[in-house]
Amino acid sequence: MAQIKNRLTPFFENISFDREDNELILNFGPQHPSAHGQLRLMLHLQQEMITKAHPDIGYLHRGMEKMAENMIYNEFMPTTDRMDYIASSANNYGFALAVEKLIGLEVPRRAKVIRMMLLEINRLMSHIFWLATTALDIGAMTVFLYAFREREYLMDIIEGYCGARLTHAAIRIGGVPLDIQDSFIAQLKAFLDKFPENIKTYEDLLDTNRIWLMRMEEVGTVSTEMALSWGCSGPMLRASGVAWDIRKEEPYELYDEVEFNVPFSDKGDNFARYRIFMEEMRESAKILYQTIDMYEKCVKDGQTELMAHAPKYVSAPKLDIMTQNYSLMQHFVLVTQGMRPPVGEVYVATESPKGELGFFINSQGGPYPYRLKVRAPSFWHTGILTDLLPGHYIPDVVSIIGTTNIVFGEVDR
Amino acid sequence: MRAYKPKDDVQKKPYYTDRFYKSPQVAKSAPESDELFSADLEAIKAKVEVLDAYIQVGQLVIYIKPEDNFKVLELLKNEQTYSQLSELSAIDWIADRDGFEVFYQMLSMAKRKRIRIKTFIKKGQAINSVEKLFRSADWSEREMFDMFGIEANGHPFMKRILMPYDWQGHPLLKTYPLQGDEFAAWYEVDKIFGKEARDIIGPEIRDTARVDRYDSQRFSLLGHEVPKGAEITGEEPKHQESYQEEGGVFLIKKFDRKSSVVIDDPQR
Repeated sequence: MAQIKNRLTPFFENISFDREDNELILNFGPQHPSAHGQLRLMLHLQQEMITKAHPDIGYLHRGMEKMAENMIYNEFMPTTDRMDYIASSANNYGFALAVEKLIGLEVPRRAKVIRMMLLEINRLMSHIFWLATTALDIGAMTVFLYAFREREYLMDIIEGYCGARLTHAAIRIGGVPLDIQDSFIAQLKAFLDKFPENIKTYEDLLDTNRIWLMRMEEVGTVSTEMALSWGCSGPMLRASGVAWDIRKEEPYELYDEVEFNVPFSDKGDNFARYRIFMEEMRESAKILYQTIDMYEKCVKDGQTELMAHAPKYVSAPKLDIMTQNYSLMQHFVLVTQGMRPPVGEVYVATESPKGELGFFINSQGGPYPYRLKVRAPSFWHTGILTDLLPGHYIPDVVSIIGTTNIVFGEVDR
Repeated sequence: MRAYKPKDDVQKKPYYTDRFYKSPQVAKSAPESDELFSADLEAIKAKVEVLDAYIQVGQLVIYIKPEDNFKVLELLKNEQTYSQLSELSAIDWIADRDGFEVFYQMLSMAKRKRIRIKTFIKKGQAINSVEKLFRSADWSEREMFDMFGIEANGHPFMKRILMPYDWQGHPLLKTYPLQGDEFAAWYEVDKIFGKEARDIIGPEIRDTARVDRYDSQRFSLLGHEVPKGAEITGEEPKHQESYQEEGGVFLIKKFDRKSSVVIDDPQR
């Protein structure tokens, strides 16, 4: 078969021909194994030093905000899974909470406890994944294998709950659809009892490792002003000297009832971020222990409700739908037409593992949101590379991208 | 006559709305009900004209004139401790009011408060960039330009960010169809092979919603696959329900296919 002619002309953007300043323009990505997704960086180099960095995104853009405007609220829930797919329950929760705030729903306590469990398990999964991949990028293969073993265990627990390992869609507007399975608590306890040992293993492997320290210490320093100005949040902000955790400062769910610390550092470098991830894992484990107690108390008190009772917005429990005519009618309308939240606007921020995940919803009283904007933390953590990379060397690029903990499903949406 | 479809808003519409349905409103309260918010509002009122202000779902919403946006954000940042611009984007109101609403979502960590500054601009009007105040606006304003075509004056690099640089149209406008327009469907083809290749390739290939009934690979019609590469001749097979329980089903004692009638027109 004859070769099909096309119009793709060779484009030597990597090579500058007629330049006298010795500047090399290096194209990093969009298919680079340590770019954690589809990140393209155009780096201007003087020898090995970066003088200018230009991150280029959009390779995973699926137009989720546009899709949201053409979907009923419940329909959009599985789509949110595909944003930060490392911790998808956190996205489900952010969206569910925004809609609940919009319509003023009060979620039953037992559902709140289950949601908190899911959120913290997701945070652990995300942080373990972060540690594994970042260590792998820097060359520590062992940590990757150990960390993925623990992550697998957590994913099994989640799989037992909702059937999915990555895209959970485990949270509904108004509560959770299911109670946790019988083995959940025992499995989680078994994990949590062993987890401090595991963190210790990671730290033993990394904390005094010479290569790790060279790649981490005094590399990628983000000052407080820079972090604030760039809209950083989560570990990126806390590593730069601002102890701001939305779970603590603007508590949602039952986070005001649990005890945990907010680790922060004023160093702002890669190592500070690494330490914060490790400490946050310990704090998450602490929260999970407390949620187990809370759950057992709910069971003892006989609180069985899992979904809010709001017939205008939330379907009745399955038993009612199957036995009562009015519940069935209500359910039919909610599934075919969708709920119609009141006219108004809401912006709700939650602390996802990556940072401040916010959902802005403008509702005009219709079954579709008039405008939905996702404030994804990774978007600005990618943007900050513009200012962060200049002055660093090429090997530092990988470790800096690693510690910013960006996920491209979320950056491009 | 075909049903009229408005051209200025091609988003999905609810297929049924009760004639007497009146949607409720999310409660608004006066800014004076919160001490910190009223202080912020007073500070802004002293500098610029405030068109409207209220508290909704725990956050203060302030409407200002578009030319004051930089001044207000500067004031909030430097004097009222609103140190972070967490979000910035627009809402398309072209069909209703021929313009956009731009909103700035601010966060004060010292006060633990969030403020939303909103302003209305006409279609085609540009807005002052706040990139000098908040570096995060660099990317947000690019995204706003990419999605809505709203330009920011004084922005250092006003280029598209998520869509390709040579894209046509702004995807989040209500006039932009969800499946994309003609340009979107042919984007790669035009770029790689040229426009004349459109006829050779054919529009059905570029239709993302197309289902090939004889596609044996993607299981679009189970039970009627043909081997790959086989010539498809004749009409497609009529699909008939042939399953019947032993001894007939409950109520239908003996289903006689010969005497039964297939109703093509459900309205009859």
